[in-house]
Amino acid sequence: MSTIGTGYDLSASQFSPDGRVFQIDYASKAVEKSGTVIGIRGKDCVILAVEKIITSKLYEPDAAGRIFIVEKNIGMAVAGLVADGNYVADIARQEAANYRQQFEQVIPLKHLCDRVSAYVHAYTLYSAVRPFGLSIILASWDENDGPQLYKIEPSGSYFGYFACASGKAKQQAKTEMEKSRFVDLNTEELVKKAGEIIYRVHDELKDKEFRFEMGIVGSETQGIYQINPAVLTELARKAGENANKEDDSGDEAN
Amino acid sequence: MLNNYNSMAQPLWQNGPTPGAFYNFTGGQQQTQKLPKELTAAGPFGTKRSTSSITTGSSVLGIRYDGGVMIAADTLVSYGSLARYQNILRVFPINNNIILGGGGDFADIQSIKRTIDQKMIEDQCYADGITMKPKALSSWLTRVLYNRRSRMNPLYIDVVVGGIEQDGTPYLANVDLRGRAYEDYVVATGFARHLALPLVRERKPKDREFTAEEASELIRKCMEVLYYRDTRNMAQYTVGVCNASGTTIDGPCKVSENWTFAATIKGY
Repeated sequence: MSTIGTGYDLSASQFSPDGRVFQIDYASKAVEKSGTVIGIRGKDCVILAVEKIITSKLYEPDAAGRIFIVEKNIGMAVAGLVADGNYVADIARQEAANYRQQFEQVIPLKHLCDRVSAYVHAYTLYSAVRPFGLSIILASWDENDGPQLYKIEPSGSYFGYFACASGKAKQQAKTEMEKSRFVDLNTEELVKKAGEIIYRVHDELKDKEFRFEMGIVGSETQGIYQINPAVLTELARKAGENANKEDDSGDEAN
Repeated sequence: MLNNYNSMAQPLWQNGPTPGAFYNFTGGQQQTQKLPKELTAAGPFGTKRSTSSITTGSSVLGIRYDGGVMIAADTLVSYGSLARYQNILRVFPINNNIILGGGGDFADIQSIKRTIDQKMIEDQCYADGITMKPKALSSWLTRVLYNRRSRMNPLYIDVVVGGIEQDGTPYLANVDLRGRAYEDYVVATGFARHLALPLVRERKPKDREFTAEEASELIRKCMEVLYYRDTRNMAQYTVGVCNASGTTIDGPCKVSENWTFAATIKGY
């Protein structure tokens, strides 16, 4: 152990001589262990999809969900520690509620992202706290601004994306994403793509069971954020399973 | 945890000793929590609060029928006897099974509406498909309003809550500024209680509920009578409808005016 942090990793309030804050790096490690999460932005909707790895057969199917509803039209998905996710989801809801109370309208996603990232960042500054072991993806859709997608890292920095991924198979997911132009896809096509990506990047050898979960908001959901809507989720799962079958038969032909 | 943004609920017993303890006459009581002024009871020298409404909405009329409820209110918000704001909706869709009509102080209506809207978003955040039902909302409203009247600081509102219950039965109720509440097939606030209520009751068949057509026709008729006889009414109104297929707000509709008889009235 003495070789990795060499004493500079005990507190989030101290830099290492080469300019890193080790506690943040470790938080990122917690994110990398988590099941994959993706967010993709289509023509008139945005989708968050999660590879929820089932660690015990005794859990109920909807247990330990990693997609949250923050506002009418805002959803959030996390990779990393689920308990941290629950807490930050509540912070996000309070920020959204606070904005609504002041301005009587839904918070623009950029503003929400700004507030939540400031909160996440504050936890990288003090020795008494640890950073959140989270990569947070926020998504929203409305008539004026269309689909919006942001990701907050454990460090508190955030960026807007057309498509983004976090967790175990982040790299594979990004490679998959670069193959399509999501901004041209309609809701149905985008839902299928979400299923395909999550099913393709799932590593059967390392983690046997997983549950595909998704959140969607767009013109087809009337701007209401929905988690696992029956028809669309089934569509994504089917598309994912088919994609896997095709890949397998392709392998055999070679 | 989610209830952090709801500032409505606060301890009722403010200045007395904690239950089971003696009152400390000399030392004063320890203030455990600094409350916003509007929620505290009267101070040692008394507190004068506004005890009347400023901008007001007049009547709200609700009728329950066999497949749902209808709530109607005109679009006027008065400033005293001045017809100040003439295009303000006073019937609101709350969610897919609740509509709400508000009379009384319009600022208080807007305030309570904000709180209710936030509750609906909380409901949605749970993502369990469970939404609030009208009976639950009116029960909650009685608690909030009774609490405020107990602090001598009531919300000056008179609301009609209607909608569809879990089992599909229509529900219609009235909650007033003291937290009093009742359910019936017809409820009304303001002048409609005097003018519209008897008209509706007169036409109620003994053996069955109203049909949607009957309810709609009665609303039209009552809004006309209210327009003619209540000076705080306007010729324009909206009707909220809640049935099995959801909630809608119809209108604004116009009362069909006819003033030809006016020339025959003498002696005023």
